[in-house]
Amino acid sequence: MTLNAFLFQALNGLSTASGLFFVAAGLSLIFGVTRIVNIAHGSLYMLGTYIAYSFATTYAGAPGFWGGIIATALIVGMFGALIEVVLLRRIYRAPELFQLLATFALVLVINDATLWFWGPQDLLGPRAPGLRDAIPILGRRLPSYDLFLIGIAPIVLLALHFTLAKTRLGRLVRAATQDREMVGALGVNQAMLFTAVFALGSLLAGLGGALQVAREPANLATDLIVIGDAFVVVVVGGMGSITGAYLAAIIIAEVKALCIALGVVDIAGISVNFTKFTLVAEFLVMAVVLIARPYGLLGKPQGAVRSVAEPEDPIRPAKWPLKILAGLTLAVLLALPLLARDEPYLLVLGIDVLIAVIFATSLHFIAGPGGLHSFGHAAYFGLGAYGAALLVKWLAAPMGLALIAAPIVALFGALLFGWFAVRLSGVYLAMLTLAFAQIVWALVFQWEALTGGSNGVVGVWPPPPFDGATVYFLLTLILAVAAVLLLRRLLFAPFGYAMRAGRDSPLRAEAIGIDVKRVHWLAFAIAGCVCGVAGGLFAFAKGSISPETIGVSRSIDGLVMVLLGGIQTLTGPVVGAVAFTTLQDTVMRQTEYWRALLGGIILLLVLAFPMGIAGAFRMFARRASS
Amino acid sequence: MIGRTEIKPMLAVEGLKAWYGAAQILYDVRFDVRRGEVVALMGRNGAGKSTTMKALMGLVGRREGRVTFNGRDISRLRPYEIARLGLGFTPEDRRIFVDLTVEENLDIGRQPPRRFADAAPAPEWSPERLYKLFPNLGEMPRRLGGRMSGGEQQMLTVARTLMGNPLLVLFDEPSEGVAPVIVEQMANTIIELKKEGLSILLSEQNVHFARLVSDRVYMLEKGQIRWSGTMAELDANSDVQRAYLTV
Repeated sequence: MTLNAFLFQALNGLSTASGLFFVAAGLSLIFGVTRIVNIAHGSLYMLGTYIAYSFATTYAGAPGFWGGIIATALIVGMFGALIEVVLLRRIYRAPELFQLLATFALVLVINDATLWFWGPQDLLGPRAPGLRDAIPILGRRLPSYDLFLIGIAPIVLLALHFTLAKTRLGRLVRAATQDREMVGALGVNQAMLFTAVFALGSLLAGLGGALQVAREPANLATDLIVIGDAFVVVVVGGMGSITGAYLAAIIIAEVKALCIALGVVDIAGISVNFTKFTLVAEFLVMAVVLIARPYGLLGKPQGAVRSVAEPEDPIRPAKWPLKILAGLTLAVLLALPLLARDEPYLLVLGIDVLIAVIFATSLHFIAGPGGLHSFGHAAYFGLGAYGAALLVKWLAAPMGLALIAAPIVALFGALLFGWFAVRLSGVYLAMLTLAFAQIVWALVFQWEALTGGSNGVVGVWPPPPFDGATVYFLLTLILAVAAVLLLRRLLFAPFGYAMRAGRDSPLRAEAIGIDVKRVHWLAFAIAGCVCGVAGGLFAFAKGSISPETIGVSRSIDGLVMVLLGGIQTLTGPVVGAVAFTTLQDTVMRQTEYWRALLGGIILLLVLAFPMGIAGAFRMFARRASS
Repeated sequence: MIGRTEIKPMLAVEGLKAWYGAAQILYDVRFDVRRGEVVALMGRNGAGKSTTMKALMGLVGRREGRVTFNGRDISRLRPYEIARLGLGFTPEDRRIFVDLTVEENLDIGRQPPRRFADAAPAPEWSPERLYKLFPNLGEMPRRLGGRMSGGEQQMLTVARTLMGNPLLVLFDEPSEGVAPVIVEQMANTIIELKKEGLSILLSEQNVHFARLVSDRVYMLEKGQIRWSGTMAELDANSDVQRAYLTV
């Protein structure tokens, strides 16, 4: 490969960086002031491309294109303001996890709305009037529109800088980023400020998306890809730093361009295809930055957020009614194979539910009492599932061995990732765990020789007598009950107290001699290990495993289960897993718009039942008894 | 004149209760501040002085009771609405915006001029006027808040609150943790503001400081008012001082 080709890819990377910068800058601004990580920011970007497409194809020529881009940015900005007023304003005092889930629900709803309005096909807009030609550079031809994109990012960066440094809005944004409560006590209407910032941030995302219309087709998968990239950019650059976002956007885009430019390279006789590393590369950059500079290149430690949600009630051991209920449930489950003789599907559903129970309970263990909001619990599910499946595939291992190996593989993964993750907290921890899960996913997806790539591993069937649904159901039941009881026991052991103390007040816990990081690290490892059991059981239950079953959506599903059941109770994840899996299996299979449905459920949950199903029951029980 | 203000105090608090989470901090706090008066809210650490002030500003999650300010019920308003009615707040931990310069900090506090209920204009503040009151600040308008000494930050907190042209200022422990020379300056400032016609509610555990500036005193313990009287009465009553202040 020549140096020229290399530099050409670098230029290409710069033009990609500008779109990334717009989204990331908006995300960063919004986070700084409102402390909300808007996962729907990628969706606003996607909407930008679609709306700009409609403008450019409806109104011909320069006014339709360039006017359309400006109009799109304004429309998306107003849409952002609407989201802020209608939804986010109600959840500023809610726990962080709820805020993340609420904005994720928006992703689902916006995606289905886009599908409904524009249809499933990719839509490529016209080329930009006035910038249709290409300019010869470095022996190749670079579209002049790309040069325009390279130039516009620094202009927007300067404009944002000026706004932040010299205008009253900018001063308010900077003050509120540090201490929004004090800004309110000085007579500033926070609600107005938040709406303005949200509108500005959304406008930037819309602009970024609209500018892509002449470059890439509008596509329904853009939202998650863009938000993934934007997260990496914001975290690498430092939350709240606009210049950091620009710097990081360039770094990420250039690293990707470098991977593409390198192509297939022979290293010591082995040919390595670097184009396949684009997915892993950006998350590796992020992981490295977070480990070396936990607050990003130009970020500062987040100020302690004032006026957070009400402190949680302590969890308590189960009382008699609950124990009796649990016993009855277990009896019904044991009898289920007899009851389900006419409905064999019930057992299959039962296996799914029990696997979900293990998954959700292990996530709850660290996310609830541990306070570590992992957005990448699917990693350990995946490690367990692939650990078991690959043993069967390559070594023809028996099921027993594979099922023992599953939690061990997951344990090692959790020990490694957890060591880094527990050094961070809050949003940064969520992002780092997500990054690790993406690395696992990308490895599985791109290491075809070992994992079968996107085809996955097939033919992982359990041997007799486990090949019948009844016996496999009972096996799953035993393991699920054991997992739930073990995690419960741990929470009421001194280890569990130490873990909760570390969550509630790290400083005081350290002061009485608890090594909080170590305790949380162990908790993370235990949760990962137990989750690996779920992964192993899943592989054998389905007979196959593929990358798509261990993606981001599984991590999110887990969080929804935990919150649906109620994060502040121990029965919550169990109830949530049952409710969610059953719902997914019945209602969501019926409709093409299952995303919107799921999103609607999450929003309802966050707004109306923040304590979850089990929490609501407990509240009613208490009211009834008092 | 005096008769009228006696009937309608500037700030009247009745049955104020407040909670942090499940823990109740204030039980039935009642007191009032008349126009032009400096009132000290005294008590030991943890008695509820700061919580009272935060509850008045609407900064406590759960609060109950009736608070009337300048003739209006403010007990259900949000912090910015309360501030816009002319209630200024200087918090104990100062809460200066560290990434903003002195000028910018002042600008955040800026509000339009306002009038008292009887239409008399309230004192109006500009950065220039505040630099005269606090010459130290005038020497460093471009200094970042985070690069100032504790005493300078204390002055900036007061100046920032005054930029909102308040009718009444809540001073939370202005003498806490600053050098004696600054304490003296804070006392002079409070006397100056009183001359300007402002009312002041001061939270304080230091009798010497309170004596310099206060007209009346309320003694707070365990979230309740236990004693009230004039400053002279408190001075003469060592029993009360011993019961509610001495550690």
